Amino acid sequence: MIFNESQALTETVMHAPPPEERVLDVRGLDFFYGKNQALYGVDLPVARNQITALIGPSGCGKSTLLRTLNRIYDLYPGQRAAGEILFNGENLLGTGDGGGGDLARLRSRIGMVFQRPTPFPMSIYDNIAFGVRLQRNVGKAEMNEIVERSLTRAALWDEVKDKLDKSGLGLSGGQQQRLCVARGIAVEPEILLLDEPASALDPLSTAKLETALVELKSSLTIVIVTHNLQQAARISDHTGFMLLGRLVEFRPSSEAFLKPETQAMRDYVTGRYG
Amino acid sequence: MALTVPGLSRHARRKLANYIIVGLATLATLIAVAALVMILASLVINGLGGINLHLFTMDQPPPGEPGGMRNALVGSLIMCGGGMLLAVVIGILSGTWLAEYGDGSRLAAVVRFLNDVLLSAPSILIGLFVYEMVVRPFHGFSALAGAVALAFLATPVVTRTTEDILRLQPNALREAGMALGAGKGHVIRSVIWRASGSGLMTGGLLGFARISGETAPLLFTSLGNPFLSFKLNQPMASLPTTIFQFALSAYDDWRQLAWAGALIIAIAVLSANIIGRALARGSKNT
Repeated sequence: MIFNESQALTETVMHAPPPEERVLDVRGLDFFYGKNQALYGVDLPVARNQITALIGPSGCGKSTLLRTLNRIYDLYPGQRAAGEILFNGENLLGTGDGGGGDLARLRSRIGMVFQRPTPFPMSIYDNIAFGVRLQRNVGKAEMNEIVERSLTRAALWDEVKDKLDKSGLGLSGGQQQRLCVARGIAVEPEILLLDEPASALDPLSTAKLETALVELKSSLTIVIVTHNLQQAARISDHTGFMLLGRLVEFRPSSEAFLKPETQAMRDYVTGRYG
Repeated sequence: MALTVPGLSRHARRKLANYIIVGLATLATLIAVAALVMILASLVINGLGGINLHLFTMDQPPPGEPGGMRNALVGSLIMCGGGMLLAVVIGILSGTWLAEYGDGSRLAAVVRFLNDVLLSAPSILIGLFVYEMVVRPFHGFSALAGAVALAFLATPVVTRTTEDILRLQPNALREAGMALGAGKGHVIRSVIWRASGSGLMTGGLLGFARISGETAPLLFTSLGNPFLSFKLNQPMASLPTTIFQFALSAYDDWRQLAWAGALIIAIAVLSANIIGRALARGSKNT
């Protein structure tokens, strides 16, 4: 069957969680790289203390969407977003960068983990302490506690507890990625964004990372972009399927993978497209 | 150039062209390497005989008497050190600005272009410039003027390497820092600079290699001094100017000292380059 893109895009299905459960609520989001539009009127509801997965073929805009949620795209002149992203009811696209550190404060509440591990060139301990020290002065004892708690929650503590003073660069790829998760959650964000965090990891490391994410759900909200459909099905509560810059189908994951409603998502999950 | 030899198949023609080009390239390499080997060999042959303890412990002698080049060695160390201090501070900061802040702006393009011009500016021009800017207003040759002239030569090297090295750092590392709520300046200082440490060191060493053998800019600025001096506001000896003076002299023992001094500079430049490159290679592997 030949896939008909224009037909697919007229058909969208949304089974959104009720408004009072949403910590993030993206409404009518357009995104531009210079003159190129990458997102078209995206609505994305993110439920509190759940894992929301974004799937779709390469270039569909899922990473772009993720990068709007903590305004990290702001680092690049020429990239801009229009629409609304309500974070606890407040439009975060309206957050100014008026030198008051508003964006910095926003980003400390919405953490991010990237596709490739990005440990800082410093000790494991200092990697975790980095973000915490930015926010407040913390005594040695409390910092030790934060480091241990963060590494434990990221399922890394047992592997590194004897070498906290060693460089984070010396860890394996999977350990580095969990270190980045630990670093992200050490500042107690409300939301953690993950951009294909397991794409550079072997299956065992991936499993450890997934276990950690599921356990983190109790204390924060997770949005994860993934190319791995099994991963989305395994760990996520809601799944959004994106295509050509649009959110085509959004449903509870338990239903989405068994019985996609749109032709586009059906073709994608059965491997006929993308 | 279309190479058409009748009677040869396309494949054979390509093979022939390949042999010719590879042959020419090999020949050119051999010429370059042979020149280097000859220079180093003559330095070692002529200079090694002059290397002894006196070279490092005694100042330059009158002709016919025993002596060394202590005053020139010390002067070179002081002026190169001072020049490097200025160059590293200015070069790292401006290289950082080019890589992290000015990116894509018109001003950055202009600064980068001017820096490249300065990178290849004849050193004698720098000497004359510093003569007008420092020596004349302060009414005298001085070690300080020498250090400033050397700084002018080393700064563009450090700026350039700093920019190149910082650009090697992945954007994800910058984003990761900012995503934790750090400001841009904080991320650069505590993450990007640290990740580029050995590369920045390389820039410094390459800058040092560039200036340690410079003679022309020192002739107009620090002049030279037959005695050991530590005063920054007075003329100061340096290896290159002393070599220049001794090599042109009629005395065999002076010329022997000049060879020994030249060998020392060559060894210093060579080691700075080798260490710099080794550090750069190491930083790419981490």
